[in-house]
Amino acid sequence: MLEMSLRWIVFIPLLGAAFIGVLNRRLPGRLAGWLACATVGLSFLLAVQAVLRLAGLPPAERVVTDTVGRWLVFGSLQLDIGFWLDPLSAVMILVVTGVGLLIHIYSLGYMAPDTGLPRFFAYMNLFIFAMLLLVLGENLPLLFVGWEGVGLCSYLLISFWFGEDANATAGRKAFITNRVGDFGALLALFLIGATLLPVLRPGLGVFSFGVLQQHAHLLAPVATAVALLLFLGVAGKSAQIPLYIWLPDAMAGPTPVSALIHAATMVTAGVYLMARLSFLFVLSPAAMAVVAGVGIATALFAATIALAQTDIKKVLAYSTVSQLGYMVAACGVGAFAAAVFHLMTHAFFKALLFLGAGSVIHAMHHEQDLRVMGGLRRKLPVTWATMLIGTVAIAGVPPLAGFVSKDEILFEAFLAAHGGFPWLWFVGFLAAGLTAFYMMRLLVLAFLGENRASAEVRAHIGESPATMTVPLVILAVLAVGGGWIGWPHGLGGGAWLQEWLAPVLAGPAGHGHASATLERGLAVVSTLIALAGLSLGYLVYARRPQLAAWGRGWLRGLPHRLLSRKYFVDELYAAAIYRPLQRAADVVCFRWLDRGLIDGLLVSGAAVAALFAGSVLRLLQNGLVRFYAWVFALGVTVFTVYLTLQG
Amino acid sequence: MAIGLTHYLGLAAAVFLVGMVGFVIRRNTIVMLMCVELMLAAANLTFAAFSRELGNEAGHVFVLMNFAVAAAEVAIGLAILVEIYRRRRSVDADELTTLME
Repeated sequence: MLEMSLRWIVFIPLLGAAFIGVLNRRLPGRLAGWLACATVGLSFLLAVQAVLRLAGLPPAERVVTDTVGRWLVFGSLQLDIGFWLDPLSAVMILVVTGVGLLIHIYSLGYMAPDTGLPRFFAYMNLFIFAMLLLVLGENLPLLFVGWEGVGLCSYLLISFWFGEDANATAGRKAFITNRVGDFGALLALFLIGATLLPVLRPGLGVFSFGVLQQHAHLLAPVATAVALLLFLGVAGKSAQIPLYIWLPDAMAGPTPVSALIHAATMVTAGVYLMARLSFLFVLSPAAMAVVAGVGIATALFAATIALAQTDIKKVLAYSTVSQLGYMVAACGVGAFAAAVFHLMTHAFFKALLFLGAGSVIHAMHHEQDLRVMGGLRRKLPVTWATMLIGTVAIAGVPPLAGFVSKDEILFEAFLAAHGGFPWLWFVGFLAAGLTAFYMMRLLVLAFLGENRASAEVRAHIGESPATMTVPLVILAVLAVGGGWIGWPHGLGGGAWLQEWLAPVLAGPAGHGHASATLERGLAVVSTLIALAGLSLGYLVYARRPQLAAWGRGWLRGLPHRLLSRKYFVDELYAAAIYRPLQRAADVVCFRWLDRGLIDGLLVSGAAVAALFAGSVLRLLQNGLVRFYAWVFALGVTVFTVYLTLQG
Repeated sequence: MAIGLTHYLGLAAAVFLVGMVGFVIRRNTIVMLMCVELMLAAANLTFAAFSRELGNEAGHVFVLMNFAVAAAEVAIGLAILVEIYRRRRSVDADELTTLME
């Protein structure tokens, strides 16, 4: 264990957020943007330096700690503010600061015309701070602070253009849905504390990851409950069934926000949490089965919804939900390394796709409807090329990054199929095919064919500035080559990432019993399904548009409406939860409490009482001096008699 | 029968009662003012009686002071009444109800 300063990686973006946020409009927008980029860039450099130091240590000792100070002492509970860098958090901080930096730079171009630029960049820096706190915090409560912090920033940035009611509503929806999950995560923390505090030596940092891992066996009796409660938190943050509903609506925020928070980093926090506490999850096979089932169900469910969305960002949002489903499913089958690997490659190609979509939206003057796009290939050559790479990467065609990590997950799911989840790998393959299909649909509708926008918009379409295209190109390179570091042994690679992560992740280390032949065979099958999805998408939407029309017509009735209306889940939640709650609040809180008790009894009651008292007392004030004197004399007499009797 | 404190106090109480009842039942403001003087006189008598009984000279000082206060009060009160009479041609207390508003 090595001590070195990690705190500045986390605190520099916080300082940036505080500085930009306090000065706000007194700061020129561009300056605020460059400052924000500089803090994240500095943080990235420090992170690289720290990770290099970490890599220099022997594999078994790869932990770097930095204790800033005592946070609180409460009975036998003792918490430090400290940071903990191990191979897992190393991957996370590089992704967060690296992709974060690229998206900050992109925002300089994308957000340039906005008047609220300093506010935007202050929130973005605050987000980077919270996310780094989440992945570097050395104990669970500190992680939870970051966890809530990223939720707050997500809310602030979704409602960034709060002038429109829909954006404010989307922000609230995201925040409240996340609160439901956070409630579970918090209960899990309480349960861990209640189990460990009485049995461990007082003063030992019970929630520190090192201590937790050492004493995981003590948690075995409550492991299922803890894991399921934590998974509720994961489902909220990482948008799994049944709490995924906020993520598609979160697209109301600016596109760089969708790329950074709602695709590359924040939503993967749930996956990070499960990987971080993998030693706890593996204690409960029941919880793992739930995790795997929910994950793979989400992957398929969201992929089908993405087929029928017409908003370019909504397609990508459901695609994100689907990919997160893969990562969660990977955790569920114990393939935590594959989950983290896919988390990383997904951060590259999904950020790329979102930023590309942002470039398209920018060129189309804030038009997001795929139906009025088309033919952008020649107008936006860089965006087209990078989006094409992103699409092929997410579809899972070798040798791009998406293929390696997704194939790794599918392979692990296939191995787990013998362990009791026979449907996992099949559903995963199906969802992979759908992914390739809807991504090709998006690409064709946006870039090929004739442009369907109005002549006025069409005349002004042009490629985005360099601040936007350079991050696109860098991300495209990463989307192509990012898979290289995790290329599995079975396919002739080095699997460096898996080896790098092995010391911190629980579960089967490698899969010695699986033959390389099997792995190669499965890779061929998954490549074939990706290519099949892509070519089918191209055929239907580019070559034979009548096929798409026929498909819509054939599915006219229920199926198409079911998909385009997202299985009516929002409506179901509205009918089952939202409206009953609202009615109850209306009757109990508004009519009874507010109108009845407070307004009626207390406020109006006080007024009526004063009025009544006045109407009685006014009879006494008749202006007759003799009457006053009479009352006065009577009073003196009564008082005197009283005093006499007392004395 | 020697005349003692009780007699003085009884007389003072009687005079005070006459003044008080008179103040309450009469409507003529001038008479009411005279009744106030009666009550003050009763108070003075009580002061003097106790002063003499207890051998404390302070009571006498208060009596003298009360004379001055009563004189001032009558002077101001009569002046106000004269002014009221000039305006209203009446000094009936029950007609002077402007305090009600």
